[in-house]
Amino acid sequence: MATMTYLHAISDGLRTEMRADDRVFCMGEDIGVFGGAFKVTEGFIEEFGPDRVMDTPLAESGIIGTAVGAAVVGMRPVCEMQFSDFISCGFDQLVNVAGKMHYRQGLAVPITVRLPTGGGFSGGPFHSQNPEAWFMHSPGIKIVAPSTAEDAKGLLISAIRDPNPVLFCEHKFLYRRVKGEVPEDTFETPLEARVARDGDDLVVITYGAMVPAALEATEELDGASVRVLDLRSLVPLDEEAILDAVRDCSKVVIVDEANQTCAAGAQVAALIAERAFEDLDGPVVRVATPDVPIPFSPPLEQALLPSVERIKEACRELLEY
Amino acid sequence: MATETARPDATEHLTREDRAQLLRYMLLMRGIEERAMTLYRQGKVPGSFYDGYGQEAVSAGAAFAMGPRDRLCVLHRDLAAHLVRGVTPARVFGQYMGRASGVTGGRDGNVHFGDWRLGCVGMVSMLPDMMLVATGMAMAFKLRREQRCALTWFGDGSTSRGDFHEAMNWAGVQKLPVIFVLENNQYAYSTPLEAQFAVDPVHRAEGYGFPGMSVDGNDVEAVFEATREARTRALDGAGPTLIECVTMRMHGHAAHDDMKYVDKARLEEWRRKDPIERQEARLREAGVDVDALRQEVDAEIEAGVEEALATPMPDPATATEGVFCEGEANVLGDGQAPWSGVS
Repeated sequence: MATMTYLHAISDGLRTEMRADDRVFCMGEDIGVFGGAFKVTEGFIEEFGPDRVMDTPLAESGIIGTAVGAAVVGMRPVCEMQFSDFISCGFDQLVNVAGKMHYRQGLAVPITVRLPTGGGFSGGPFHSQNPEAWFMHSPGIKIVAPSTAEDAKGLLISAIRDPNPVLFCEHKFLYRRVKGEVPEDTFETPLEARVARDGDDLVVITYGAMVPAALEATEELDGASVRVLDLRSLVPLDEEAILDAVRDCSKVVIVDEANQTCAAGAQVAALIAERAFEDLDGPVVRVATPDVPIPFSPPLEQALLPSVERIKEACRELLEY
Repeated sequence: MATETARPDATEHLTREDRAQLLRYMLLMRGIEERAMTLYRQGKVPGSFYDGYGQEAVSAGAAFAMGPRDRLCVLHRDLAAHLVRGVTPARVFGQYMGRASGVTGGRDGNVHFGDWRLGCVGMVSMLPDMMLVATGMAMAFKLRREQRCALTWFGDGSTSRGDFHEAMNWAGVQKLPVIFVLENNQYAYSTPLEAQFAVDPVHRAEGYGFPGMSVDGNDVEAVFEATREARTRALDGAGPTLIECVTMRMHGHAAHDDMKYVDKARLEEWRRKDPIERQEARLREAGVDVDALRQEVDAEIEAGVEEALATPMPDPATATEGVFCEGEANVLGDGQAPWSGVS
């Protein structure tokens, strides 16, 4: 085991797979000589050379589309969107070409797309988004979102080895704030939910940067026993873990950093309404970012993103219900 | 243009048998599409129907120049490319009729298909998305230092979209072994060329750092020869080529389109340049029994229809299956490569 930041763990996972499998290569904007906007691939070009740490033209559709082409002839591309927001420019290639290929033609598309997501640092409307729900609605694309350093490495390795297109949502706010013990060898993390803290009075269901926020908000909550369920994978969604948590806790708060309407948490809420209604002992409560573009100025941004305080408040109200 | 040699029945790169094969694939394409149109009118082909009548030389000529390990992204008016690679008429008819025996097993419609086992990826409706996919295949070949190339077709309409530029730029920057075949059939649905671009897109190749050439898209041997040259360049590491095949879409965009926006005299003028009649005239001169070839092709098509009609529709219980790959990732296989000179 080694202590690593979340960011270091992503680099370590990528490096581990590139050393183990010469089909794996990475491509993206400024990832080579510069080492990536967030330095995930720093030092990679020296170890693996410019062919496998490819600086591409500034063309996101091009990145996804050429990755699909490379994948169907036997490569395992790992694409980096400099910010997840730019995946909008590669939407068509991802949704229409990559996501539908196996269903239509029986041809696997093993690509991984790394998406630095999320806000909280004055990135403004085009560098702060959480676009994962766009793709939950598109068949054929898997989506993972680690919240710990260990899962960052293990889920990235799982994503690269998966024969399908996988979006790897790495939260920028966690890059250097989250640290943890990570196995130095290779390992895969299953695309399943994880109980981040056990409890049975109430469950907070969330993923990504909202996991540490939920843990902090519920650490000491008037003596209540609060479970925090870290989804880790949005597609596939671990329905059994969600239903188990509702059965055990009976009260549910769902937290999304994404804009509220049709966010991942909306699907979780729908699942609970359909299949766990009898287990509920109160309304399903959602905490999410209102349907507003993420503003630049800190007081405006902080007014929108779910805070530890808002999560705490929501839990407290529901516990009293 | 193919150079005539001392032997009147062969060209520099095509034997008499090759030249007859080119005609055979064009006849198969036309015959299958005409037969499918009848099936469509009989209600046996769901959705709409799109054909490549008058454009047969473009897919037959370009696909014929490719090797078994080359990879192709095939467009909707390029049926001959599938046939060259080895898809049987029965599977094409099965595909058109949405049968389990079709190339996509009923998962995708009529002309959206490619048999991955034969090195082909089927198109999506968003054009020209496959230009980037072909560019990515070529990128992998270059990364692995393999002497192979990728080819994709696309229409004049596609040249207005961003993926055209992203692919051309990418391929030029990385000097990739990819061949872009621009099928200029004069119309994007009902929109004529003058409403699409101010400069013929073949000239854009130079701006991206590689050659663009324009050929008579109704001359199958000219299309073959241009593609053969482009492939040689690609395998030599000299980078991409844009080949504009100038042709005419002789039918509507799809079965419902009466083409009232096209001047009848213009269609008549293009009818006189029919690619099949031209190749037939050449072969008759070279002493090939064209009538026997036609009969053989007709019989093959009828047998294909019979075979496809005997196959079942897909089982509705399977409609949710296969969204994700659950085993090992498969990769594109090798296709048929009938040209005698292929390396």
